[in-house]
Amino acid sequence: MNWFRDWMMPMQASEHAGKVDTLYMFIFWLTLAFFILICYLTVAFAWKYKRKKEGVLTLDLRHNLALELAWSIIPLILVIGIFFWAFNDYAAASVAPNDALEIHVTGKKWNWTFEYPDGTRSIRSLHVPVNKPIRLILTSEDVLHAFFIPTMRTKTDVIPGRYVDLNFTPTVAGRHQVFCAEYCGRDHSGMMADLFVDSPAKYAEWLEKGDEELYKMKPADLGKMVWEMKGCNSCHTIDGTKGEGPSFKGLFGRTEKFKDGSTAVVDENYIRESILNPQAKVVAGFEPVMPTFQGLLREIEIKGVIAYIKELK
Amino acid sequence: MADILTTPKSHAHVEHHDVDYLHDGSLLSWLTTVDHKKLGVMYLWSILFMFFLGGVFALLVRLELFAPGHTIMDAESYNKAFTLHGAIMVFLFIIPSIPAALGNFVLPIMLGAKDVAFPRLNLASFWIYVTGALIAVTAMVTGGVDTGWTFYTPYSTTTDGSVALMTFAAFVLGFSSILTGLNFIATVHKLRAPGMGWFKMPLFIWGIYSTALIQVLATPVLAITLLLLIMERAFGVGVFDPKLGGDPVLFQHFFWFYSHPAVYIMILPGMAIISEIVPAMSQKTFFGYKATAFSSVAIAIVSFVVWGHHMFTSGQSQLAGAIFSFLTFLVGIPSAIKVFNWITTMYKGSISLAAPMLYALMFLILFGIGGLTGIFLGAMSVDIHLHDTYFVVAHFHYVMMGSTVIAFLGGLHFWWPKMFGRMYNEGAARVAAILVFIGFNTTFLPQFLLGSRGMPRRYYNYLPEFQFLHQVSTVGSWILGLGFLIMAGYLFASLRKKMDAPANPWNARTLEWQIPSPPITHNFHEIPVVTSDVYDYYKPFEPSVKGHH
Repeated sequence: MNWFRDWMMPMQASEHAGKVDTLYMFIFWLTLAFFILICYLTVAFAWKYKRKKEGVLTLDLRHNLALELAWSIIPLILVIGIFFWAFNDYAAASVAPNDALEIHVTGKKWNWTFEYPDGTRSIRSLHVPVNKPIRLILTSEDVLHAFFIPTMRTKTDVIPGRYVDLNFTPTVAGRHQVFCAEYCGRDHSGMMADLFVDSPAKYAEWLEKGDEELYKMKPADLGKMVWEMKGCNSCHTIDGTKGEGPSFKGLFGRTEKFKDGSTAVVDENYIRESILNPQAKVVAGFEPVMPTFQGLLREIEIKGVIAYIKELK
Repeated sequence: MADILTTPKSHAHVEHHDVDYLHDGSLLSWLTTVDHKKLGVMYLWSILFMFFLGGVFALLVRLELFAPGHTIMDAESYNKAFTLHGAIMVFLFIIPSIPAALGNFVLPIMLGAKDVAFPRLNLASFWIYVTGALIAVTAMVTGGVDTGWTFYTPYSTTTDGSVALMTFAAFVLGFSSILTGLNFIATVHKLRAPGMGWFKMPLFIWGIYSTALIQVLATPVLAITLLLLIMERAFGVGVFDPKLGGDPVLFQHFFWFYSHPAVYIMILPGMAIISEIVPAMSQKTFFGYKATAFSSVAIAIVSFVVWGHHMFTSGQSQLAGAIFSFLTFLVGIPSAIKVFNWITTMYKGSISLAAPMLYALMFLILFGIGGLTGIFLGAMSVDIHLHDTYFVVAHFHYVMMGSTVIAFLGGLHFWWPKMFGRMYNEGAARVAAILVFIGFNTTFLPQFLLGSRGMPRRYYNYLPEFQFLHQVSTVGSWILGLGFLIMAGYLFASLRKKMDAPANPWNARTLEWQIPSPPITHNFHEIPVVTSDVYDYYKPFEPSVKGHH
């Protein structure tokens, strides 16, 4: 009857999904049997004892202890059994193994963003390696959302001001659908994400290249995102005020004077060098405190930062 | 209270003595009446209007979902439409439907009383209901509400629109519900006719009494919750919004602490009606009277400790989830006992298949589906998948509409001749009942499948793979609408006829069938004395009411 199960449920993409479906189908057949019993008795009695003539007296049936005990105790035993079965599966799925890959998820009207252990970020698409336990740590920046992956049979509400976690171990590579399941306003039904379950090699390659969204963005927009997310903004302002480092405003094309007295015009190569080897040229009036971003930024992100600085005239 | 029991004023005016309640007093005098029957009838027209309004929103929601994307309205209008559908149906229709409309009319007569214990309070309840309804309508036309009927924070404290006004309306309506419950509890305790012990009460009374207990005990919690929500919206008092130092999950605990028992405020009266229709239309002693009576009370009590099953995915502790799951399964048992008792009552009966019984049979089947699908949702691991999907939408519509509304319609057809003194067209009634049954199942059965396949609820747009089932569901809503249209037609038509209903068209034995249709203002010339059990269909009928004919 697997075709019937597959007709009712989404694809099974984790071991847990299989367990949920087994219980689902058990409850389905059990309740169907009870439903058929109820329907049969209802229709059969209504048919068989249909009134033939008015004003007849009927039997005085009020009790039947055996029958009443049976229809109280049998359902009770069945539902208690289902309770334990369901609780076991639930409890097993709610504990993440120690080697789980932890990914942070943030919900905000009406997008999902993901942060990976190496600092990579992605929007509306989550990449994970196949057959590896995943632990999502989720929070919301505004209202309640819910992260729902039907093929994994798992879901959790995402709550502002709090972390919740969601564990699954994907076993089927490919694209899976993620929905927001807690009503969150106008674009609730558009708050979706793609879950890409990749082979380990493909996953590593994706981490190397970064989110495909990066390649669709305008370089300056990408640069602004890097400025915000990689912490540039804690030292470099964009409005000309002095921070720990020079402001980005009007930086490009300016002639900078350095601590050793030399000067240089700010161009693409200067910015690139400042990001990857910041101590090579330290602008006069500033301390040599900037860490290197060698290996932390992708090539496309460096280009983005350059484009962003060019824009801040 | 005392004057009703002893010397009704009308005894002084023998000439008005036999005037039925519908023709006693001017039309204007209805507005200030303390007669439970007139109040019941006024409630009936009010809630039927609200049912119509909520139904229009339901049809609009279904029509929008006929195709993905924009069909007839934009996303913001859709969100308001489903919110209004839910809020109207829950707070303005279902909760007051059976207790306030049919209960008000029938309960005192069934007890052998001339009115409820506090008639003026009853009048106050009605006008509080009307006030709440007017505030709700004001909220709808001044900005609308897009929070869903559950008003979850912090969305509800941050979105635009008339959320504060709408929650205030629900707050006011709650008081109407509390006062009605209070009145019924006092009436059942104090105004039972001589000889009517607790176990000689009709089961309808047991159901309404259990409901009243929940109304009185649970509704104040909703009032407090909604007041806190209004405070947070209006003054920024941080209770639920984490940005203000509050906790959004706390709102859910508060909300469901009322709203889960409220599910039983809705279903227990439905069960209560079925417990009257089945023995009367089957002409059978009720099988398992005490089990059914006690199961109503048991449901009322356990209903207070299962609220957390709405929150398995909401971040409550796993232990709490487990306890709520276990208790949820327990609450299913008294419901199962009732179903078996109704069915067994039909065994070897003399069953009439007139409209009220058709609704009772439909109830048994639809409540069967509604109740049994609850087992999927009580099972934690399965619920995690199904929570907030169309499976839940289908499940609660089978319980709320397939069971409570169907039972209400059964009760309406059962007591219509008593209330208005007229029979409706039985053939048309059967056609409408069958259309409602087919339409209902066509609308909601596909939604189970949508949900198990992963379609989330409250979605304006959806993936193309879900379209076929959505279309089946929408077509079902049209069949359902047609059924209700026919029903409205023959019910209104019956009111234009002259009074033709006999006192006891169903050959039933509860007290309301022993007085004329429609009843006189004070119900009974003399307080009846009850000697036999309520459903003694095995022996010849000995009326308890003297003085009529």
